[in-house]
Amino acid sequence: MSERETDVADTAGEAGGMGEAGVMGEADTGGETGVAEVGAAGEPGSADVARGVTRRAQGGPLGAGVDEGGFITLDGVEKVFQVRRRTGLLRSERREVRAVDGISFRVARGEVVGYIGPNGAGKSTTIKMLTGILTPSGGRLRVAGIDPSRERTRLAHRIGVVFGQRTTLWWDLPLRDSYRLMHRMYRIPDRRYRENLDRCVELLDLGELLEVPVRQLSLGQRMRGDIAAALLHDPEVLYLDEPTIGLDVVSKVKVRQFLKDLNAERGTTVLLTTHDLTDIEQLCSRVMVIDHGRLMYDGSLAGLHEVGESERMLVVDLERELPPIRLESEGADGRPPVRVVKVEGPRQWLAFPAAASAAPLVARIAAGYPLVDLSVREPDIEAVIARMYESAP
Amino acid sequence: MVEDVARADGPGTGTAAVDGGGGRASGEAVVAAEVFPFPFPERRRLLEGVRAYGLIMAMWVRSTMAYRASFAMTVFGDFAVTAFDFVTILLMFSHVDALGGYSLPEIALLYGLSATAFGLCDLLLGSMDRVGRRVRDGTMDTLLVRPVPVLAQVAADRFALRRVGRITQGLLVLGYALVTLDIAWTPLKVLMLPTMVVSGAAIFGAVFVAGAAFQFVAQDASEVQNSFTYGGTTLLQYPPTIFAKDLVRGVTFVVPLAFVSWLPALYVLGREYPVGLPQWVAFLPPLVAAGCWGLAGLAWRTGLRSYRSTGS
Amino acid sequence: MRLYAVVAAGGFRRYATYRTATAAGVFTNTVFGFIVAYTYTALWDARPRLGGYDASEALTYVWLGQALLMACAMMGGGFEDELVERIRTGDVAVDLYRPVDLQLWWLAGDLGRAAFHLLGRGVVPMVLGALAFDLALPGSPWTWAAFLGSVFLGVVVSFAVRYLVALSAFWLMDGVGAMRIVSLAGLFFSGMLLPLNLFPGLLGEVARALPWSSLLQVPADVFLGKHTGWGLVEAYAFQGGWAVVLLVAGRLVQTAATRRVVVQGG
Repeated sequence: MSERETDVADTAGEAGGMGEAGVMGEADTGGETGVAEVGAAGEPGSADVARGVTRRAQGGPLGAGVDEGGFITLDGVEKVFQVRRRTGLLRSERREVRAVDGISFRVARGEVVGYIGPNGAGKSTTIKMLTGILTPSGGRLRVAGIDPSRERTRLAHRIGVVFGQRTTLWWDLPLRDSYRLMHRMYRIPDRRYRENLDRCVELLDLGELLEVPVRQLSLGQRMRGDIAAALLHDPEVLYLDEPTIGLDVVSKVKVRQFLKDLNAERGTTVLLTTHDLTDIEQLCSRVMVIDHGRLMYDGSLAGLHEVGESERMLVVDLERELPPIRLESEGADGRPPVRVVKVEGPRQWLAFPAAASAAPLVARIAAGYPLVDLSVREPDIEAVIARMYESAP
Repeated sequence: MVEDVARADGPGTGTAAVDGGGGRASGEAVVAAEVFPFPFPERRRLLEGVRAYGLIMAMWVRSTMAYRASFAMTVFGDFAVTAFDFVTILLMFSHVDALGGYSLPEIALLYGLSATAFGLCDLLLGSMDRVGRRVRDGTMDTLLVRPVPVLAQVAADRFALRRVGRITQGLLVLGYALVTLDIAWTPLKVLMLPTMVVSGAAIFGAVFVAGAAFQFVAQDASEVQNSFTYGGTTLLQYPPTIFAKDLVRGVTFVVPLAFVSWLPALYVLGREYPVGLPQWVAFLPPLVAAGCWGLAGLAWRTGLRSYRSTGS
Repeated sequence: MRLYAVVAAGGFRRYATYRTATAAGVFTNTVFGFIVAYTYTALWDARPRLGGYDASEALTYVWLGQALLMACAMMGGGFEDELVERIRTGDVAVDLYRPVDLQLWWLAGDLGRAAFHLLGRGVVPMVLGALAFDLALPGSPWTWAAFLGSVFLGVVVSFAVRYLVALSAFWLMDGVGAMRIVSLAGLFFSGMLLPLNLFPGLLGEVARALPWSSLLQVPADVFLGKHTGWGLVEAYAFQGGWAVVLLVAGRLVQTAATRRVVVQGG
């Protein structure tokens, strides 16, 4: 996280050691999450989705519009832990911790939802209840019509789970052996298994890894292997806990592309927790923010930016050194207020509201200035969430 | 109705699974399960569990074979460490002719039975003391999202073929005892030997399962389990006459380890049990084993339920 | 020197955090203490004064064994698993470049661990044993002090052996097998299963001369007052001699291992 924070700070401040880089995109890949291509960034920004979003009051049942029978349904789900804390040599204090405090939402079949929030906010507790690992202390919860805690093994056939840092693959055996176990354990019909495996191997680029013992795989290769293992039985829902954490850039791109295809072609519902804004931006049509066990926000990413009043940064490289870009104000037709925050040689930094689309802005700059290259920097997700809390009533 | 569900299930349902366990892949199976919820749930779960155990066990055996040299060394190690127990008894008998009124071959019979039964159980369930560790490091969760019983997965966890070393050693001592002992064999007594080993393994197994269940509550307490299992088998290797009566009563009535070897073996040897009990008690081991498993299963369920409500 | 004191204190604290595990371990030590105590009682009933011990001395030996099992790491189970793991993963290269002495560093940590195990795992079983059986406890505080000195030397010998074996992981890919064999030797030749005095003939003589007898047999005999005056000096010299020889051997192997790491480029 800190890496991205410094990135943003760099851009805003005067430091910035990137002046020497010719091609923006290349220079910035190191920043991983800070950069997004314009096209991709434009999509969630294009704002009819964003308009529809209103910030929901803390917790509470969601309004109408999403009520039509969700595939995943939570109604006032709670999870209360009794925590014992040692206060003296022999004394201990019992305290109630409401890890999940009355959460309600619906996810339709085929949605890709990002589930985000600070550590300890209740994310993984929710996932554990959705997968049947934990029994809720209150409320109603259904996944594909099944009560996860009561019919855990039946549900297991219909869901896939990838725990970010805990591999379920067999350490000392070739990757293929782990898949064979899934084949038998889930009783996947032979033809189905072969098709799914072939598909995963092709799209996740596992071909040369199948005969390699898992202990020799890199983190990124192992994650791809884990994702494939979770999908061989055709789950209708895929839960991913930090699927890109610690991965190299190439692996991240592969994993994201694969998940996108999976959702598009199979209609697999995906629920993922992540700290990586790019994951959300490139995959999720919808974001849920949870904190202190309550749902703080449910809507599009752009809407989240709107709520958080955050700004994105457009970094442009011009042909030569020019005075700060000035775009004529064209009246109050909703055009974003753009301001140049920094100039460094031919490179200029322009801040604009994160909820707005970058595309018209770029078009207008390109029309009036000799544009060489450009990139869009996303605001840090944690900063957005923090600002959201600040502005909360 | 069936078709409706199948269609609603979305892409992929057309190629319905052949077997009923296929879950989502077959809309029909889902419907069937809803209309006739689990015809014989317990029996089916048991079979599922045994099958899953076999699958996971096979994986561990293959994993072990990735390090053949280490495997050979550890098989030897397991053989040797248990052999030391008998070497100790041999060393004792280099100074005495009888211990607690029992000759070396008689003690060898007790030892062989207890070591073989325990070895069998240790081979099949030996890594159940890892439950606490799994709870602590969070890997228990990965077992809970699989469509097979958790108990089977935990039981097969880290299946270690090297533990055949222990069984081999037990069987060797048992063989020595049977060759040197002068027993008036009857068909009943002959039949009792394999029964004792199997029921004994089952009784130890129940202790393993109950101990594993306890680790859901106290994650660092795997050693408590060891005092009942490893301690139990050490205890049973000696004749009951040398122990305090209260201790003997304890392992007869509280943790019924005496049914593993002492009670039935003393019948075979034609000896008195130091705590007065009718002779037919010698034939109870299978029933005791079943009872223990009932209780252990209950304990396991309670433990797992508490884990699923507390997450720790 | 201060540094190593801190490391030792760290070793102590590290094991002290596992309260449940310690309680469970005490329970196990006590259970085994009872079982073995009854077998020894049967043995000494048949042969009083066997091995030069009377019945109550034999029982004392049993409980001393349970009390020292962890402290002297007779079956292993201290730092060595971690060291082997660091060697296997190559992390040890980092340790070798630290401005501390590798052997002293691990020794200090292991002494801290031993101190905790002596208190946490040793005292309670010993007390319970003394309550349940008639033990031969020394009357003189000097004997207690001499015993603690002998235990200290036993821990050092135990450390030196395990350090030497752990370093073999530099050459063997998988150190587990070697560690296992050594833990077996420790179990058998320390006198944990049966006092070494009871081992017959040549086996007994060899067993008593091996370093492992420093772990239990020698401290127990000091406790039981079998070594006093010059005898005590001899016992210390035996333990100290093994400690020096094994520590020096460990140092030589460490030097060779360091060269190997440097040659391989870390």
